[in-house]
Amino acid sequence: MATVEVNRVSKSFAGRQVLADLSLTMGEGELVCLLGPSGCGKTTLLRIIAGFIPPESGRVLVAGKDVTALSPSARRMGMVFQAYSLFPNMTALDNVRFGPRVAGRPKSEQIARAGQLLDLVGLSEHADKYPHQLSGGQQQRVALARALAVQPQVLLLDEPLSALDAKVRVQLREEIRRIQRETGVTTVLVTHDQEEALSISDRVAVMNEGRLLQVASPSTIYREPSCGFVARFIGSGAVLRGVAEGHSVRVANLALPASAAAAHVHGAAVEMFIRPENVRLQPMNGQLPPGAVGVEVRERTFLGSLTRIRLTLPGTDDQFSLWADLASEQAEAFIPGSRVVAQWDEAAPRVMPDADAGLRNG
Amino acid sequence: MKAPVAWLFIGAFLAVCATFLVAPTAMLAIQAVTGEDGFTLAYIETLGQYRYRVAFEHSLYLSLASATAGVVAGGLVAFAVLKPGAPAWLRSLVTSFSAVAANFAGVPLAFAFISTLGTLGLLTMLLKRIGLDLYDMGFSLFSITGLTLTYSYFQIPLMVIIITPAIAALRPSWREAAEILGATPGQYWRHVGLPVLAPSLIAAWILLFGNAFSAYATAYALTSGNIGLVTTEISAVLSGNVAADPQIGAALSVGMIVVMVTVLAISTAMTRRASRWTARS
Amino acid sequence: MSGAGANRMGPGGWTTLILAGVYFVVPLAMTAAFSLWEGGSTYGFEAYRLLLASADLPDALLLSMELALATVAALLLLLVPAMIFMNLYAPGLRPLFEFIATLPFVVPAIALVAGLTALFTGPEWLIGTPFYLVIPYFFLALPFAYRSLDVGLRAIDLTTLTEAGQSLGAGMGQIIRMVILPSLRAALVGSTLLTLAVVMGEFTFANVLLFRTFAVYMNQMGQHEATAAAALAVVSFLITWAAMLGVLIAGRGQTSIPGGH
Repeated sequence: MATVEVNRVSKSFAGRQVLADLSLTMGEGELVCLLGPSGCGKTTLLRIIAGFIPPESGRVLVAGKDVTALSPSARRMGMVFQAYSLFPNMTALDNVRFGPRVAGRPKSEQIARAGQLLDLVGLSEHADKYPHQLSGGQQQRVALARALAVQPQVLLLDEPLSALDAKVRVQLREEIRRIQRETGVTTVLVTHDQEEALSISDRVAVMNEGRLLQVASPSTIYREPSCGFVARFIGSGAVLRGVAEGHSVRVANLALPASAAAAHVHGAAVEMFIRPENVRLQPMNGQLPPGAVGVEVRERTFLGSLTRIRLTLPGTDDQFSLWADLASEQAEAFIPGSRVVAQWDEAAPRVMPDADAGLRNG
Repeated sequence: MKAPVAWLFIGAFLAVCATFLVAPTAMLAIQAVTGEDGFTLAYIETLGQYRYRVAFEHSLYLSLASATAGVVAGGLVAFAVLKPGAPAWLRSLVTSFSAVAANFAGVPLAFAFISTLGTLGLLTMLLKRIGLDLYDMGFSLFSITGLTLTYSYFQIPLMVIIITPAIAALRPSWREAAEILGATPGQYWRHVGLPVLAPSLIAAWILLFGNAFSAYATAYALTSGNIGLVTTEISAVLSGNVAADPQIGAALSVGMIVVMVTVLAISTAMTRRASRWTARS
Repeated sequence: MSGAGANRMGPGGWTTLILAGVYFVVPLAMTAAFSLWEGGSTYGFEAYRLLLASADLPDALLLSMELALATVAALLLLLVPAMIFMNLYAPGLRPLFEFIATLPFVVPAIALVAGLTALFTGPEWLIGTPFYLVIPYFFLALPFAYRSLDVGLRAIDLTTLTEAGQSLGAGMGQIIRMVILPSLRAALVGSTLLTLAVVMGEFTFANVLLFRTFAVYMNQMGQHEATAAAALAVVSFLITWAAMLGVLIAGRGQTSIPGGH
């Protein structure tokens, strides 16, 4: 097992910069997710680590050793691709023993090792089946076993679950986590699915437009997004643009309570972020309590035990929305079109400098 | 329109095929073993004569050689053109040229090669001027070697057309998976690339073999029948250029059909073996 | 970086293509040059003038074109409806159709001629006219016309289309004319043009059965007028090219282009 260090890597394709001076360090046995929308450069970064694409500048170090100039076959990494990467002309067992086989290991060793790994992924009974006889989930398990058969220093997973249906996806991602813990192999997983990233990783690296925006544990990423993009991309919630004014953020003539605003210069352009589970609702009866905001109920989305309610700030022409998650039986009282009272703990909202403000005003 | 009309059309098609395709073939088989006094194996036995044995040897050699040359060269060309780094204009140039060249055969092709590599061909003359006398060196366009060279002109592009979809279907992730598992390019081709392509390669080879085996016009125009091939021998019998019974023509034809059926049967067995991993088997 | 190198056109790729390019271009260039040779060191279009002036060429060319059109008509009238109806009403006959479509490949053209001559010695109105050639030409074109139509028919889900048409109140005739044939357009145009190209260049049957078609004429010409034959080869290459261009444009990548002689 080994550390992986990506050191100031840049890459462009046809004049378009895909990775911009990006650095990232992964500890031994750590599982790091590269998360971002399509085209953010996460797959390119993975392929640079694997050695399929040479970086324009920068280095990749594994266990402190510079591997930038090594071919993929010399890097001792295992990789699982999106789908259909199993060799179709080989049985599951032959696929798994391919690595030891081309390395010239004795046949008995190849087969013993492949057997163990098929056992690990729970497919011993399917060892003699060809890929087309296996389901999509089974194929990806075999691909995982095949990648592990070379005893890799690093395991790379390129959207391994994206081609599977929802139920299998959840099952398999838990299994990947279990196997990763058992083997202790340093793992990089590329995904665009934030739920997958949050549930499986030790740390999540959120990327956009070739840059790393935040690298942190899933709970930190969820609770303390570093910028509006991360906040919008992870989970759900409202990002409201406004101006910091003491312990509140002024959004369209309303002062929304947020103690974190105090950390910003009075009058600075900020983005206030609040998650639906932090917003509480009450029916409107007479006076607004201090620290509460009058809002209008727009629509309700039934999500099972919870119901998500979209709310708009009055007098803003539907421009500013926030959401509240309520237990479904309580939500029935809040009818679309009605005015209600929204409240939240002053400490709940994140307040971040508005990165785009300069662009908009200038 | 009702089903009876449908059966009328299906019936008409089947009747035409039975009358003009199946019946003549059956007729050949009957004629080949029928002499003046009824059943005889005499005509089949004449196939063992030197003249006809050589014709079969020539035809088989020419078909084997030009099919193999076509599969190898055409496969390499298709592979080179399909690399992701190959420019798009090159790909469309090769595809459209292949479509033309694969159908450019027979008399015009023979003339093109005579104009180029015949005894008075331009290339022959040019090479002679720089001191390279091809015909002194033992080359002749009007030999089996020359025929193989000429046949390759339509065999290679035919291979390019047939094999391109199969090569394009090789997934880049197979290559990458093999590479990161430590395989050299050679190991990738030996264990993955070629085995996956094998059924298509066998099918392509058999098509090229049949294409050369039944070719007649190119050989006729090139050698005027001086090099005996089975096809030219049959035509000699049919047009009465040689004093031979029509039954010999029939026997030769049956011989050809037997060769084709044998090759087809072998290739089917090989394909079945090579494709036991596919969804069909 | 072998990883990226695997994708690039290496020196091996270029060498292959350049060698192939030389092999394919040289005979064409030499033939073109030879067709312009007028003896000694003079060059000109004499051979082409000679071709145009020839009294027999128009007849031979016309005959070949008539035969090509007749063969196309036979394919459209016999094969196309039979295949559509087989798919709709008698899918059990598919193996038989597949067998028939492979048969011309197993029975070489020259063997089929031998069989036809052995079986049919009359009547004169059938075997005495050049249109007798349409019969073998039909079978020559059959394998690839069948393949191309089969691909086209599989792509359109005939049953669903027919049921959809019937549910809208269309009769079977209307469905075939207005729904099925238009969706088979690419396959139909493709096999038509290929049939034209094959029949125009066909030599085996015509030569053995002694009819003066374009290819037979070209062969006779080549026996005594070498430069004119070269000129004809050039013209013939251009005709094939035009036909294939038609296929490519009509097919737009849907029709595969088989070869075969």
